[in-house]
Amino acid sequence: MASVSITRKVEFSASHRYHNPAFSPEENRRIFGKCNNPHGHGHNYVLEVTVKGEPDPATGMVLDLKELKQVLQREIMERMDHRFLNYEVPELSGQIPTCENIATLIWRLLEPKITRGRLERVRLYETPDLFVDCYGETNAGGAR
Amino acid sequence: MKLQLARRYRFAASHRLHSAVLTEDENWRAYGKCNNPFGHGHNYVLEVAVSGAVDPATGMIANLVDLDSFVDREVIEPFDHVYLNEDVAAFRERVPTTENVCIEIYDRLRKFPQAKLERVRLEETGLNSFEYTGERGESRP
Repeated sequence: MASVSITRKVEFSASHRYHNPAFSPEENRRIFGKCNNPHGHGHNYVLEVTVKGEPDPATGMVLDLKELKQVLQREIMERMDHRFLNYEVPELSGQIPTCENIATLIWRLLEPKITRGRLERVRLYETPDLFVDCYGETNAGGAR
Repeated sequence: MKLQLARRYRFAASHRLHSAVLTEDENWRAYGKCNNPFGHGHNYVLEVAVSGAVDPATGMIANLVDLDSFVDREVIEPFDHVYLNEDVAAFRERVPTTENVCIEIYDRLRKFPQAKLERVRLEETGLNSFEYTGERGESRP
């Protein structure tokens, strides 16, 4: 049977700040630049979640998109939308909330919730010109 | 965790598709209006993806300041607002099709010191794009 990839997109708006308390104020400014602004700043994040699998012969679907939509709402939107990521997302505490770290967290949150097919890729856009692709631990993203 | 960081850049350039090993007729047949002797231009969009370990201290695969300045120096500066056939030495010998431009950009960017280059994707227009991920089994210098 042929495997098909299915992608669902959601958008959330959130603020963040890049700051490592182990660095001096000068180092923080040098390494993080404007992203070190004490009061933070925000983005309209665009998240694309791709699930791969064989369509169920009975329904013709890899997975029920409605179910994926609910998972995204519960796991991602309610956790991150209109939040200050540094202070309001406990899973990111102690980390710099870069696109890399947020995408990794999103992968970890979603992977166990995908019950049909398997999570293939999490793509998180911080801006239209900057995004991160996460392929998990085993799914080698370089093999294209 | 396998992660790739991707960034989009823009440059505008002109080119002419004309091969020295083809006759005038063959050039016209192969390239059509892209063979126009005076050239023509595009707004290219360049997508660069790199991979590597996320530094726990910064949360980053590579600092964007480093990536941006490297891409700017190696590609945007020499490619933006130029006639590729004449102003970029590599294309005096090779036809600047977007395939060849893509490969040339890859070869320039694979020397990025802070992360591993995964792919170069180049949009010639919003309707066509080209992607190059290097030779299989290629090792970095």
